[in-house]
Amino acid sequence: MELKTKIDAKDGQQDLWITREFDLPLPLLFKAFTEPEIVEQWMGTKVIKLESEKHGSYQIETSDAKGNLAFRANGVIHELVPEQKIIRTFEMENTPFGVQLEIYEFEHVTGDTCKLNMHVIYESITQRDQVLKLPFAQGINMAHNRIQEILTALK
Amino acid sequence: MNLRRDVFQAIADPTRRAILLLVATQSLTAGAIASNFDTARPTVSKHLQILTECELLEQKQTGREIYYHINAKNMKEVADFIEPFRKMWDDRFNKLEEVMKNYKPKQ
Repeated sequence: MELKTKIDAKDGQQDLWITREFDLPLPLLFKAFTEPEIVEQWMGTKVIKLESEKHGSYQIETSDAKGNLAFRANGVIHELVPEQKIIRTFEMENTPFGVQLEIYEFEHVTGDTCKLNMHVIYESITQRDQVLKLPFAQGINMAHNRIQEILTALK
Repeated sequence: MNLRRDVFQAIADPTRRAILLLVATQSLTAGAIASNFDTARPTVSKHLQILTECELLEQKQTGREIYYHINAKNMKEVADFIEPFRKMWDDRFNKLEEVMKNYKPKQ
């Protein structure tokens, strides 16, 4: 089976590529990145601010089940060419991961399908590798917490 | 068969990750592993079968019991960590596609 989302992260580099083909017309894909209420739906996060324009800025945050702030990120938009390109920064607040530069290129494939090429550049190789490992580490933690819950219940 | 992809599918499941963590420290029988989960025993057996098939677990016969232990070599392959990152983006983009397929422009 062909994977729809591909990651190209070469060893010893401080950048990576994410590519994905969408079963959507290009204008709809672009809208999904520029309209706050749509971003909220697919990112599963609250959009505090999103100015989809050159020199605009954005801030997003997520709270856990108890309402505590779990995650907050922000960035500025360096370039925005409608239905073609977005260049922006992204920074997870209060983390050691630094600021990443993100270049989004939107490409027509057919009238009903399109492609997104995301080029993400990190401050260092170490930071790229840390961000890359994050979902794996979180997965292990979740499994670990589950074991903790089971063990606590047995006591 | 693409073993590499299968390995990552195997660890995509939270119960299977929990099983791997359990046997990471000691070899255990299927019964001992199952006793750690609320899940039905046949479900745990199925997870063990998948983990064994993708060679993340190995079976060793000791007397009448079969013990499961971790295959360190293949766990190391998993340790390049990229697949969960890819899966995270894939899930996000699948959601985006779903949201936009139902999108109706405002009047």
